[in-house]
Amino acid sequence: MSATNNLIRFEPATEAEAADTIREARATGRSFSIEGGGTRRGFGRPVTADAVLSTRHLSGITLYEPAELVVSARAGTPLSLIEETLAEKGQMLPFEPADYRALYGSHGEPSIGAVAACNISGPRRIQVGAARDHLIGVRLVNGRGEAVKSGGRVMKNVTGLDLVKLSCGAHGTLGLLTEVTFKLVPMAPAEASLVIEGLDDAGAVEAMSAALSSPFEVSGAAHLPAGLNGATATTLLRLERTPDSLDYRCGRLIELLGPYGTARRIEAQESRVLWRDIAQVAPLAKAQAPAIWRLSLPQRTAAQAMADISSNMGARYFFDWGGGLVWLAVMPADDAGASVVRHAVAQAGGYATLMRAPDDVRTRVDVFAPLGAPLMKITAGIKASFDPDGLLNPGRMYAGV
Amino acid sequence: MSILFPIPDQDILERRDEIVAGLGALLPPECLVTTLDERRAFETDALTAYRHIPLAVALPRSTEEVAAVLRYCHEHNVFVVARGAGTSLSGGAIPQEDAIVLGLSKLNKILDINFPGRTMRVQSGVTNLSITEAVSAEGYFYAPDPSSQLACTIGGNIAMNSGGAHCLKYGVTTNYILGLRLVLMDCTVVELGGEALDSPGLDLLGLMIGSEGQLGIVTEATVRILRAAEAARPVLFGFETSEAAGACVAAIVGAGIIPVAMEFMDKEAIAICEAFAKAGYPLDVGAMLIIEVEGSVAEMDVQLKRIVDIAHQHGVQVVKESRSALETALIWKGRKSAFGATGRIADYICMDGTVPTGQLSYVLKRTAEICAGYGLRVANVFHAGDGNMHPLILYNVNDPAECEKAEQAGMDILRLCVEAGGCLTGEHGVGIEKRDLMHHQFTPDDLNQQMRVRAVFDPQWLLNPAKVFPLEGRVAA
Repeated sequence: MSATNNLIRFEPATEAEAADTIREARATGRSFSIEGGGTRRGFGRPVTADAVLSTRHLSGITLYEPAELVVSARAGTPLSLIEETLAEKGQMLPFEPADYRALYGSHGEPSIGAVAACNISGPRRIQVGAARDHLIGVRLVNGRGEAVKSGGRVMKNVTGLDLVKLSCGAHGTLGLLTEVTFKLVPMAPAEASLVIEGLDDAGAVEAMSAALSSPFEVSGAAHLPAGLNGATATTLLRLERTPDSLDYRCGRLIELLGPYGTARRIEAQESRVLWRDIAQVAPLAKAQAPAIWRLSLPQRTAAQAMADISSNMGARYFFDWGGGLVWLAVMPADDAGASVVRHAVAQAGGYATLMRAPDDVRTRVDVFAPLGAPLMKITAGIKASFDPDGLLNPGRMYAGV
Repeated sequence: MSILFPIPDQDILERRDEIVAGLGALLPPECLVTTLDERRAFETDALTAYRHIPLAVALPRSTEEVAAVLRYCHEHNVFVVARGAGTSLSGGAIPQEDAIVLGLSKLNKILDINFPGRTMRVQSGVTNLSITEAVSAEGYFYAPDPSSQLACTIGGNIAMNSGGAHCLKYGVTTNYILGLRLVLMDCTVVELGGEALDSPGLDLLGLMIGSEGQLGIVTEATVRILRAAEAARPVLFGFETSEAAGACVAAIVGAGIIPVAMEFMDKEAIAICEAFAKAGYPLDVGAMLIIEVEGSVAEMDVQLKRIVDIAHQHGVQVVKESRSALETALIWKGRKSAFGATGRIADYICMDGTVPTGQLSYVLKRTAEICAGYGLRVANVFHAGDGNMHPLILYNVNDPAECEKAEQAGMDILRLCVEAGGCLTGEHGVGIEKRDLMHHQFTPDDLNQQMRVRAVFDPQWLLNPAKVFPLEGRVAA
């Protein structure tokens, strides 16, 4: 998407090389577009930079202790390699990092560094938290060319300011991540989903709330409105347990959901495909819509916000996270419907991120929700504290930062 | 004792009357503590060996009053030390003579409970336990449960990113805060996050949590609450040695089982806690684990059977299940009052290093050797599942030589934790206690980056200035 194809590329193989590259760039003012697997270039504002700084050769798992539920890897390590390695020991990244290749029509291998830098999570986020909740350590090179670490490899650590959280979701604007460490969980031996058909948005959010407010530890709650993925609306709830516990809890949840309709049970493989598609935004990814938004909403206002947006423009959307996340495809080409979307979402107490749109639209329209002046001042100050010359992914999140 | 405070700023001390009068114009008399006797109540926290009487104590009742106090202090260059309930074990709330204490105890209201969305909005001075108590009748709870939860405030939990016994499964404070109202040092009021799961821009919410009162003053928080499991059951496992207990913990996790809690006590801690709580702890074992499982009765039975099987492979000597709600309460009472119960028999300092769980046996052994080397007793009670250790070093606070030894032993133990691949503090914070050890865990570049971020929020270093960062070599934005 961004015009990075003809730029000079730097591909350091060690953290020290990365630090040298950035230190040298400081002398000449060379700016960098940071790249991992290159599968999410369309996420964020287009970056105009002098060169590409790739983590491609910063690769490999550096620590994996299954008994300690922890993995560390260099930032360019393919996510698939990490997931396969963990699966061999029956473990996984808890937050179900989503693959956006279908969304962006991109190729290549998503890297673990991008999962951290972009705080990429999936449907299980509603139960266990996001990437930021499981990232426990980072090493990065800041815009001064200094190698900086924060956090570590232990589960509980409050030593010093939490620069781990600050780096997670900073989209490479604060530093080049060189190594990341995540907490892990055991994989559940079995999973199943319950499906209720025919609910409207408000009814579905209510049903999902009821399930998520049960003691049964629902690990996915999504709603596909009518006409999106078939003629009828489907509301999906996932459980991941041992087989005995799964049967028990599915039974209890079906009873609990009785007032909302008859829940049908879907087994392992079919359930996995459903949730993979939801994580990958498959119901909208192939849409010809010019713009796709990701809305983060309070559950109690989500259905109303979507009614407001739909009454103003053509919109196709689905809910994840029990209504807390909405993926929305809209038709307006010029501003991606930003004024309508942002107004409705602000009324609802949420935020909107423009996830997919042509470069020129993402240059004109704020990709991330605009911040008030005091928070923008802090954001700019933090950026300057890491990267005083604005060399790393300049303007990726906000113009001028 | 060897931890230094900055030399009080003579100029501020000389302006005390003027500062008290200035604050008096902003707050009614019942919200301002000025007499020496009353200020003395705020001279320390749970790290009682260090005491400094503040200039004055402001007890604002609203975000606006917090902002007014900060505006005054910002304009008049007065240091500010925030205080929740003063239960910090690392000295995070200890004032200094040239600072005012900003106490948040009057901000003690629960503002909103949203059951369908499973969130609550509370003021920062509400206690941790009162959040759970407000929703427990409906079957919900607030997950992070530090042992001091009866007294400690959510504001203090946010400052220290507090954990608790159940964070093995549920995580710590930072995983449960969705939004904050924050007053910056320049008196600007900002909202971070809200009821939605994500917030825009940099993760300032994540940065705030665990920042030890150095970036701003939190006045309100939106917290996530959870529906409680159908039931929970703690089980006591007694082992001959600490090593056997440690190996059992690793084997349980390795088998893919994550109990809600796995708490460790050594022989000394068992004796201290049993004498206090009469919880039925086994006294003839070398180490004990409290392992709690959750779910339906049948689910708990299945999971417990797997755990008991693993424990037998590690030579468990005693297995004792809770048979009633009363027994469960006593088992947890014993564990959660470990620090208080220890305080009945001796003065103590409580360490808080975290180590990789594979290093637990080694670190326990070395901890015993270190304390023996100083001629001191030590009791160990800690969160075994996540490697967060709490050696309690017993000493006599009235014996200066013993104080010195206890502090030295503590520092040796923390250095050991870092060398074993862990960190200085898992949930209590750096405060003053570990401030001078920060160079042991961090390089100058690491620390300078943290300090530059800190200075973005408070360029004059007015907020809790004696804490976290070594006094020498501080940097600006």
